Amino acid sequence: MEILGLYNYWVFVVLLMIGLYAVIAKPNLMKKLLGLSIFQAAVFLLYITMDKVDGGTAPIIQPGAVDQLYSNPLPQVLILTAIVVGISTIALGLAVVVRIFEAYGTIEDDEIQQADTRE
Amino acid sequence: MTVLFGIFLLTLLVISAIGIVRARNLFVAVMLTGIFSLLMAANFFILDAADVALTEAAVGAGVSTVLLLGALALIPPNESRSKRVRWLVVSVVTLTAITLGYATFENPRLGDPEAPVHQHVAPWYLEQTPVLIDIPNVVTAVLGSYRGYDTLGEVLVVLTAGIGVLFLLGLPGAFGGRKTEDVARGRTYLSHHLVPQVVGQLLMPFIILFALYVQFHGEYGPGGGFQAGAIFAAALILFALIQGEREALTLIPPRVLVVLMATGALLYGSVGVLTMLLGANFLEYGVLSSDPVKGQQWGIILIELGVGISVASVLLAIYHAFASRGR
Repeated sequence: MEILGLYNYWVFVVLLMIGLYAVIAKPNLMKKLLGLSIFQAAVFLLYITMDKVDGGTAPIIQPGAVDQLYSNPLPQVLILTAIVVGISTIALGLAVVVRIFEAYGTIEDDEIQQADTRE
Repeated sequence: MTVLFGIFLLTLLVISAIGIVRARNLFVAVMLTGIFSLLMAANFFILDAADVALTEAAVGAGVSTVLLLGALALIPPNESRSKRVRWLVVSVVTLTAITLGYATFENPRLGDPEAPVHQHVAPWYLEQTPVLIDIPNVVTAVLGSYRGYDTLGEVLVVLTAGIGVLFLLGLPGAFGGRKTEDVARGRTYLSHHLVPQVVGQLLMPFIILFALYVQFHGEYGPGGGFQAGAIFAAALILFALIQGEREALTLIPPRVLVVLMATGALLYGSVGVLTMLLGANFLEYGVLSSDPVKGQQWGIILIELGVGISVASVLLAIYHAFASRGR
């Protein structure tokens, strides 16, 4: 059981690497952005994993409850705002991709580079 | 039991992530992203993060999927690709994975109450929130009061990203040369599908009601401005999908939307300036009322309102920027 307590971290590592692979290796710009959002989600998972306390509950104080354990509210606050910031920045990336497609007629990075060197 | 369920969900998460990267068709990849976010929200809920789960479900599985689809309508739907595997990338990724994986064995195991992260400032937040602010939801208290500067910064980042998208893509009637009248009128998206139209129409008032509940009940239960803003934007995006883009732009004119984007952030900032004028530090809400605890509550309600207005209007403006382009 002790070793299963690390499973969340392993999933974090695997997700982070899947995202990193997509960002580096995939030539399609949209795929790169999806990889970036997987990378981002992996970091969110790492933070939220840290907030859990055994026997704890969501950090909403229950009136009258004595000796109730609560999970850590701080990582939750950080990730709560990061999710909304994440979608805004991904949207900004998407807008750039749309403009690149309108200018080059493709969203594959190797083809864009070819078009640039031809000029 | 919960541990097994968590492991099951995490494994599904990895599988869907691999699916996203491998899918040749971008439409498939985007739909898998929605599933990925929903699984992630379920995981957050298991890990006691109710507020974060609500945000991930509303933003990740809802709004972000729609935005990705809106962008996909403007770019080619397929990845054109040679099968070449890049060995250099694979080796870099594997090496990093091994290093990170080795480091995980030093981490405290899941749920360890002795972990360093639980020793620092968190116990103070949990002890002092009922005394200093007297609202049940500690997450809202930390977000609005203790870390108010941080949240103001995040709202400004969201606003800046929204402005960036509007500059890049334009918003008919507010940014760029196009007028609202140039946008195609009528039911363009779901015109052939009667059932989603009727059901969506029925759901809309309830979604808006739920957004208002999440906004103003955020001090007592999971919720707050970020979640409410996303849910409110989702309701209005649903309206645009059912009734048509032009109709949605007429309902909330883009000029109003742009003003609202700034109003939310301004409301947040002016609460800070107000507390300074009353003789306290920036965003020190205690002075807003004769009773410092009441003042804290007033401050949190006001800034959450600002967050909600800003997030809802930025997400809606971003959606309109994608949906009305080239139509």
